[in-house]
Amino acid sequence: MPRNKGTETMTVTRRTLLAAAGTLAAPALVRAQGSAPIRIGEINSYTAVPAFTLPYRNGWQLAVEQVNAAGGVLGRKIEVVSRDDAGKPQDAIRLAGELVNEQKVDLLSGGFLSNVGLALSDYAKQNKKLFIAGEPLTDALVWSDGHRYCYRLRPSTYMQAAMLVDDAAKLPGTRWVTVAPNYEYGQSAVKWFKLLLAKKRPDVTFIGEQWPALGKIDAGATVAALEAAKPDNIFNVTFGGDLTNFVRAGNTRGLFEKRGVVSVLTGEPEYLEPLGEETPTGWIVTGYPVESVINTTNTAFIAAYKARFKEMPKMGSVVGFALITSIVAGIAKTGAVDTEKMADSFAGASFDTPFGRAMWRKQDHQGTLGTYVGKTAVKDGHGVMVDWRYVDGAGALPTDAEVAKLRQG
Amino acid sequence: MDFVVVQALTGLAGASSLFLVAAGLTVIFGVTRVVNFAHGSLYMLGAYIGWSILTRLPRDPAWFAAGVLLAALATAALGALLEMGLLRRIYRAPELLQLLATFGVVLMVQDAALYLWGPDELTLPRPPWLRGFVAVAGSRFPLFDLVLIGVGPLVLGLLWLLLARTRFGVLLRAATQDREMVAALGVDQTVLFTVVFALGAGLAGLGGVLSLPDGSANLHIDLDVITDAFVVVVVGGMGSLPGAFLAALLIGELQAFGIVLLPKITLVLVFLVMAVVLVFRPHGLLGRPQAVARGAAEALALVRPAVPALRWLGLAVLALALAAPLFAGPYLLSVLTEMLVAVLFAASLHFMMGPGGMASFGHAAWFGIGAYAAALATHALAAPMPAGLLLAPLAAGAAAGLFGWFIVRLSGVYLAMLTLAFAQIVWAVVFQWDAVTGGDNGILGVWPARWAGDPRVYYLLALALCGGAAMLLRRVLYAPFGYALRATRDSPLRAEAIGLHAGRIRLAAFALAGAAAGLAGGVFAYAKGSVFPTYIAVGHSVDALVAVLLGGVQTIAGPVVGALAYTALFDALLTTSFWRFKLGAFIVLLVLFFPAGIAGAAQRLWERGRPA
Repeated sequence: MPRNKGTETMTVTRRTLLAAAGTLAAPALVRAQGSAPIRIGEINSYTAVPAFTLPYRNGWQLAVEQVNAAGGVLGRKIEVVSRDDAGKPQDAIRLAGELVNEQKVDLLSGGFLSNVGLALSDYAKQNKKLFIAGEPLTDALVWSDGHRYCYRLRPSTYMQAAMLVDDAAKLPGTRWVTVAPNYEYGQSAVKWFKLLLAKKRPDVTFIGEQWPALGKIDAGATVAALEAAKPDNIFNVTFGGDLTNFVRAGNTRGLFEKRGVVSVLTGEPEYLEPLGEETPTGWIVTGYPVESVINTTNTAFIAAYKARFKEMPKMGSVVGFALITSIVAGIAKTGAVDTEKMADSFAGASFDTPFGRAMWRKQDHQGTLGTYVGKTAVKDGHGVMVDWRYVDGAGALPTDAEVAKLRQG
Repeated sequence: MDFVVVQALTGLAGASSLFLVAAGLTVIFGVTRVVNFAHGSLYMLGAYIGWSILTRLPRDPAWFAAGVLLAALATAALGALLEMGLLRRIYRAPELLQLLATFGVVLMVQDAALYLWGPDELTLPRPPWLRGFVAVAGSRFPLFDLVLIGVGPLVLGLLWLLLARTRFGVLLRAATQDREMVAALGVDQTVLFTVVFALGAGLAGLGGVLSLPDGSANLHIDLDVITDAFVVVVVGGMGSLPGAFLAALLIGELQAFGIVLLPKITLVLVFLVMAVVLVFRPHGLLGRPQAVARGAAEALALVRPAVPALRWLGLAVLALALAAPLFAGPYLLSVLTEMLVAVLFAASLHFMMGPGGMASFGHAAWFGIGAYAAALATHALAAPMPAGLLLAPLAAGAAAGLFGWFIVRLSGVYLAMLTLAFAQIVWAVVFQWDAVTGGDNGILGVWPARWAGDPRVYYLLALALCGGAAMLLRRVLYAPFGYALRATRDSPLRAEAIGLHAGRIRLAAFALAGAAAGLAGGVFAYAKGSVFPTYIAVGHSVDALVAVLLGGVQTIAGPVVGALAYTALFDALLTTSFWRFKLGAFIVLLVLFFPAGIAGAAQRLWERGRPA
């Protein structure tokens, strides 16, 4: 379960306008494609993971409205045809067939769960249709199972771990324990973190690990088992309900006192808000410090979002928004909605996001959208991120040679 | 040593929480024989209602206790409503139909909770006394965990007083042993059942609200707790409160120490415990053999050859199915292919469950093994598709034969729960064994061979395999083996007396059903191009169960009709908002008005006015 990071906004819309203007200058092309809307197929786990996907839906709806208000792309409006996969990859594949064969969408997008993302990617590969993954974090999506028809927006599990390693390496103490949900995402995150940290700090040792079942953490026992190892530092990958239980048990039992904690995704509003006044302070996390990010794109995004939905955006909102604007930028760069052409020329397309400028990489079709790394704190009874900095996704990836090797599988 | 003490206490707190969830379930089952799938939903409602109440109350211990009781009472009231509005009307329906009804309720509650409380996780701010701790053996031990450790035995004690020292308790125990006799003696069962259901629901609500200080109210807890609750109830012996307590203790402590020794055991531990207990004590730790429900046998119809009209209908459907590639587009064909898979999957479960009398909560295990066998054959062995499709039923049949050896010795709900345990163990192995199965990410690129790549060709292949296998299963039911199988269901004792080896017959039927489900899994794997652990998940087993019950257990055509109806309904509703609520409501209505299933109702309608 990955979570994504948001992205573009007014700036992108301006870009879209420019792109649209560019196409108008080529009237033959416009005529050839007609003026029917460009149809974007979108599949996500709306009922299975509503805490993420409902803000996410708001995000893409807002982007679609903004893009269309600015005249669309290639002189055409865009239209999203959305489906609920109920959290099951097999249903996602059927729905992809429906979107492609019945709804005649021009490309596919979406995904939250890694396995749904991989299923859709494999469908895209088999049926030669473009698939733009928003949220799924698994490295396999662009590396071992990557292919020309699949792009992924959000920083992957590897990138999340890599972004945290610099700060983790500065922590005193050498004895680490890990706690992660017992499935691919947790396993990958721990694997990369161990590997990357050992490179920077050959003196660290990992002396214990806990693998609670997703959604079923036995928090008291897990915390006591970690405590018994007497670690200096803790690496946490749990999220959602498990994280809440873990933090509560850890606070009561004093697990986090005088220890460094490095935690993936915990700074995202979806996970930080439920912790409330019990948010532990000083954890090094990746996340999205919503309102405290002051830049034109983020500020405009928040203002538009609040005006439209009467609430603050979450990470999901940013992902949904960025998904659409990154697609629009890719289409504008391609100048057409032909699958083969888009598969080639999405690579290199760049777009502005609330987090800064990002692009689709050529070498593995990974988006360079980054994320914020900072520390947790409590302000007025709410969890917040402080001392944060933006880490660009491009800087959190292995060398091109390594990527090429990983991408071969 | 100090650590052992702390961890043992932590295990006790976990055991208390488990007991609170399971106690209500076991009380309800003991008296009403209802396998209440919605127990987790009541727990979740308890947590949400508790959150709504407690966040409005002052944050001191007395108000907290009052709020907890209020939330439990509110959940009890909802339970009473559920019993009066739904379950009361279907006690006379075939066994397990109540399970289908409560499954519909689960779906409805999920969307209702999302609508009422929103998608976000709701946490209860903890006042200092809830965050407090005591020093135990040099470590901090949460005060609230101590409270929990006390609450479990307290609830057990109060329930014991209620059962042993009150007239109501005497009636309740009598009903647990023989509810027909109690009714014959003039006790109003209606009131008794409603009160029992409310009591069970209240206990679920209590468990839910007491989980708030350590966690949160969220939309996933219903399904997260229901399997654990079932396990505790079954390990303890269904209907036995002390058994549930003992089972909760066992599992709580094993969990606390198990994760220290083997941190990765978390997924599978409780199911391993259940499997081991059921293999050695088929009725759980303190359970007794289930009393034979009187009058149940009359519900089991004879297998009769189809009437001519039905044969013609079947032929017409077959002709239509054969002609489908002429008019259907690729998407419709993919849906039809899925329906064929669903038909075989349901037919294989029906084979065990109807004529075989062995209901399974874990049928997806064989489906999944078949799918993974095909996928692994394609990837690891680079085998061609026909070999994969051959391997699928063989692997699933072999696995079913192996596990079945343990399973077929049980009966009723215990048998169903052991199938669930095995299915969960298979699921956990697939989920965790990343190197071979790809873990949660599954195995990709399992597409059909080139000659079958056209959706029309693959559809016809699926029609031949799934349709053929379903017909074969049907044929077996009319063969001597099928009659022998029904003999072992209707009266194992008499079957043995006339020289039938009941155990072997049941095992053969189990393995055959497993193989058929495995074939369905193999066909599905190539149709989807990938396999995932979700194929083996509890939800998929429930899909098959719903299809069979929806169609009607006691008709041969039932699973076919049920699978088609359920798949079509699911596909049609999935694109609408609040589809879970609608699907759940639809199931509930069907159960209320067609308790014999769709095919059963059609049969009754047909037979009306005709001589038998």
